[in-house]
Amino acid sequence: MASIPSPIHPESLRAVNKIAELSGQNVHECMQCGTCSAVCPMVSSMGFTTRQGIHYLQFGQVEPVLQARIGEFCASCHTCVVRCPRGIDVPRVFEAVRQLVLRTNTDLVTLGDIPKDTLAEAPQIAFVSTFRKLTS
Amino acid sequence: MTIGYYPGCTLKTKAANLEVAALAALDHLGIEVAELPRWNCCGAVFSLATDDLIHQVAPVRNLIRAAEQGCDTVVTICSQCYNTLARANRLVREDAEKRDTLNRFMTEEPDYAGEVEVVHYLSLLRDRVGWERLRAAVTNPLTGLRVAPFYGCTLVRPGDVAIDAVDPAILEGFIAALGAEPVSFTAARECCGSYQMIAHPEEGLRRAAKVIAAANASAADALILSCPLCEYNLGTRQGDVVAAHDGLEHVPTFYFTQLLGVALGLDPELCRLDLSGPAATTLLTERKYIAAATA
Repeated sequence: MASIPSPIHPESLRAVNKIAELSGQNVHECMQCGTCSAVCPMVSSMGFTTRQGIHYLQFGQVEPVLQARIGEFCASCHTCVVRCPRGIDVPRVFEAVRQLVLRTNTDLVTLGDIPKDTLAEAPQIAFVSTFRKLTS
Repeated sequence: MTIGYYPGCTLKTKAANLEVAALAALDHLGIEVAELPRWNCCGAVFSLATDDLIHQVAPVRNLIRAAEQGCDTVVTICSQCYNTLARANRLVREDAEKRDTLNRFMTEEPDYAGEVEVVHYLSLLRDRVGWERLRAAVTNPLTGLRVAPFYGCTLVRPGDVAIDAVDPAILEGFIAALGAEPVSFTAARECCGSYQMIAHPEEGLRRAAKVIAAANASAADALILSCPLCEYNLGTRQGDVVAAHDGLEHVPTFYFTQLLGVALGLDPELCRLDLSGPAATTLLTERKYIAAATA
């Protein structure tokens, strides 16, 4: 029996399934209300909004979400979690997106680029958080 | 009942001004806590990926240290440590499979099932001392000081570890108990820019600017914090924040424990104002909450 060809690249579909596994979240529960984007403190730094990011994932598209650097800029402040009317743990979704990148041995921050003043003054938890979130 | 104290890395170094007055105040108020004889970094951020169990080992190990000391409660002052420890504790309590994996992985440790309660210092003050008793212990009320309470993220989110769920008012109660005036502050529960200040300083500064702008709009004399990363972004870096954004005014920042020490009439040296910006000392001496010579 002939199957209907999927418009989604198998690699992308595999990545979306991995995001579901790593996050434990079902992005198809999202009804695209945009509340997460409205409350997101970092949304203006992202290529597009968190709502759009979830929408791409609903359609099996990962690449645009990576390009928009949503996972990289999410500060895990959890404001969207307490607001989401569908109970989706949005930071877990974008943590999974970030993990997809980090697990290819890619760092999202370069230690040498951090200014010396920052290295001298910033608290330990700033560095531990940065390296936990943005290095492989 | 024994209360263990988990300091975390930053309080022993760059944020001594968060710790010293806090411990002196507990002593003054007759609340006995004992620092854990051994502890390690909590990991600073709670792991969100479902398969990333290895990063739960550090916080859980600290909780095992507390249980080992016979503590039924462990108190932390740093907001990030609180969040990481409290969430790891919930994970151990609620997820039997992950608890079992963690226990089997740490073969050198006794099994742990979430027996210890993780509380933040502010909860300890509210629940074991109470605002009335604290108010009675205040000998140097901060009358007339308009203080903006900054909760940030990790004290109040996610909801299952919030120190004051739904509509947090714990810092407001604390400020009022010190004789100061809590001001309504729209950015009280917003993100300060967090670790993004390190990797993406422009974004971090922009976020911090929104918090400073809200503090300016509330006409606050001071901003109080409970997290060394918030203090770095909103205090240490405030000069950069104000310089990069038009129309902002400087606002002194304090750790909440420093104002607690001042209000209780503790030796101002214990408040380690030397580690806060000079504006902090200037504000307190100008308002005569502390004498200029001791600043």
